Amino acid sequence: MKPKHQRLILAALALVAVLGAAGLALSALKDQAAFFYAPGDLVGKPVPAGKHVRLGGMVQGGSIQREADGVSIRFVVGDGIATVPVSFRGVTPDLFKENSGVVAEGRFQPDGSFVADNLLAKHDERYMPPQLSGNQHVSKSLEP
Amino acid sequence: MIAEAGLAALWLAAAFALIQLALGIGVARGGSEELMLALRRITLVQGLLAMAAFGLLIALFVNSDMSVLLVATNSHSAKPLLYKIAGAWGNHEGSMLLWVTVLAVAGAGVALFERRLAGKTLAATLGAQAFIGLGFYAFLAFASNPFTRLNPPARDGQGLNPLLQDPGLAFHPPTLYFGYVGLSVAFSFAVGALLMRDVGPAFARAMRPWVLAAWIFLTIGITAGSYWAYYELGWGGWWFWDPVENASLMPWLAATALLHSVTVLATRDGLRAWTLMLALVAFAMSMIGTFLVRSGILVSVHAFAVDPTRGTFILALLGIYIGGALALFGARVGTVTQGATFRIVSREGALVLNNLLLTVILGLVFIGTLYPLVAQAMGVQLSIGAPFFDKTIAPIALVLVLATAAGPLLNWRRDVLNTLLGKLLVPVALGGMGFALLFMMNPTAPMLPLLGIGFAIFLGVASVLPLVRRKLRRTPLHIWGMVIAHLGVAVSIGGMGADAAFKAERLTAIEVGQSATVGPFRIVLSDVRPALGPNWSAVEARLTVTREGGTAFELRPQQRFFSTPPTNTSEAAITTMLDGQLYTVLGAGDAEGRWQLRLWWKPFVTLIWLGGALIALGGLLALIGRVRRERRAAEAEEYA
Repeated sequence: MKPKHQRLILAALALVAVLGAAGLALSALKDQAAFFYAPGDLVGKPVPAGKHVRLGGMVQGGSIQREADGVSIRFVVGDGIATVPVSFRGVTPDLFKENSGVVAEGRFQPDGSFVADNLLAKHDERYMPPQLSGNQHVSKSLEP
Repeated sequence: MIAEAGLAALWLAAAFALIQLALGIGVARGGSEELMLALRRITLVQGLLAMAAFGLLIALFVNSDMSVLLVATNSHSAKPLLYKIAGAWGNHEGSMLLWVTVLAVAGAGVALFERRLAGKTLAATLGAQAFIGLGFYAFLAFASNPFTRLNPPARDGQGLNPLLQDPGLAFHPPTLYFGYVGLSVAFSFAVGALLMRDVGPAFARAMRPWVLAAWIFLTIGITAGSYWAYYELGWGGWWFWDPVENASLMPWLAATALLHSVTVLATRDGLRAWTLMLALVAFAMSMIGTFLVRSGILVSVHAFAVDPTRGTFILALLGIYIGGALALFGARVGTVTQGATFRIVSREGALVLNNLLLTVILGLVFIGTLYPLVAQAMGVQLSIGAPFFDKTIAPIALVLVLATAAGPLLNWRRDVLNTLLGKLLVPVALGGMGFALLFMMNPTAPMLPLLGIGFAIFLGVASVLPLVRRKLRRTPLHIWGMVIAHLGVAVSIGGMGADAAFKAERLTAIEVGQSATVGPFRIVLSDVRPALGPNWSAVEARLTVTREGGTAFELRPQQRFFSTPPTNTSEAAITTMLDGQLYTVLGAGDAEGRWQLRLWWKPFVTLIWLGGALIALGGLLALIGRVRRERRAAEAEEYA
């Protein structure tokens, strides 16, 4: 076998591998990519129930309520345009509190409410859901 | 004064980097011995100056000098000393200074210890290293100066994010940076070799220790980071496929591929162009990782667009270095003469397969990490979570396990397939039996994790086969290193499979005196009381745990409250046993006097990090073995 041939075969193999990986990635992306919505995006365009999506916004002040079982909560996510009621069963992340940003992963119900199976807290306490960071520029203030 | 001295040291180091670049070009074009000596010394001084600048920054943090902006925004006088020091790199500017310091010190290390390379290639390498350094010095001086003064000084600082106040995390960034920047040496080597048209076994042997060292640091950094995320975030998970995690995984994948291809180049003089390409890609991945984590682009593309100076600067550096290196590669790859060819059934063949699969995995992680960012820039919001990565990468990883098991059992040049299958008979039988047993005992458990355990048993047995029929005392260290590292991969995969297949999770809210069960444990909430630390206060639960037929012991998970900056964190309480970990998290209390508890029983989960430690240990043994061998060879040459 000449080096040239070997190189060609290797290149072909690499190409097949890359194409295979790309195909794999695309097919997985179809099922797995969770689209991100803010409550305001849903006005007049509801997301089909049962599809796994992310919902981001601010936890509305005074909206967090505990259920009787002690481990389920209900709260309302808003973005200044619209609000969505969310229910979640589990221990909330450390950075989850009222009037701060949250990203909930889960599914919409037929009645328009949202059942979260995961609440995201970012590594960064200055994290804001993307749509909200535009009008509230985060600045570092120091006590004089 | 310290801040000004630090800034002066930084500028001086940059000046020396410029001289180093000029000298490197001069020597590579045919300079004298004296110039070469000067180049080595200049490189050394540049490393020392960068270290001085970083040392002065640490001094500012230790003194809590609130007239320095960086200290005021990232530290607090009441912090424990360790976290004052760690605060120096727990922020953007400080970590970039650490980055460039490691870069300069790595260059100094090459100048000090590298005796095997041809003088001109070494000069070109040091020049390339200086060229990378210059870009980052410029970035520090113009876009993110760590020594900026604050006038008037703050009364006290804003503190360090409490999540980062943890011994594991204090050393996590430096370790990763040693790995990232160690790959810059491989990059510079590749650039030097391309410029001087000097690619061959000698070059590979010179590059290998650096790649190994960088890879060891990356392995340790990723393992430690994973464990930190596991016990500090209180989510019970050990890998979230978070972009920040992927940013460190991508260089590791590239470095793992490079480590194996460099061996082919050193031993058989094959894969010349491919190895050069990988060296360029590995450091490119390090820089992309740095860009992702340090530019703020992950928080949101929008935030990045609001304050784009830094991000754009790093992006420009990325473009210059990676684009330039790839252009050089494209221009010179034709002059890299063909190395030797290989047969499919041979150790080389297995290593090529290893490289192919690692590259594909790297490509998948790359797409999964960057696709959401690109989509976001186009105005579509989407996220790619763990299911995508699990689905696409797990099958490829299992094929990679097959190559890992087979490779070390094959001869370098050629081998017979039937011999290999004969050798693998025992591991295949054991792995298959393990899988079948587990499946019969737990027909409801998810399939892929069980398969993973089966493959782990197979690889674990196969990885020690190279030691069979060898005199163990006379086995070279690098063989031991390979065996232990591959065993580590098996152990780690076994832990991942066991955790995914058999973990038990329990979420409940109980009053003091009530109990809950998880896995084989009965847990009584015996008390909840306040607790106090140096810069936090906490609510602490006392959990009395009994295992079926065992003695009781106590666990104390906490909810901690930090005042600077105001945050609360959950401190999980974890107990480690021979067959797994019990993981307990205290949640919030409610008006009825109930406390939320989150309980996990995670069988054999510790194997994940034990495997990581074994992989790093294997790398270390290989590194020691290789370096000693080179030394002996060099001495033998002198006497000859």
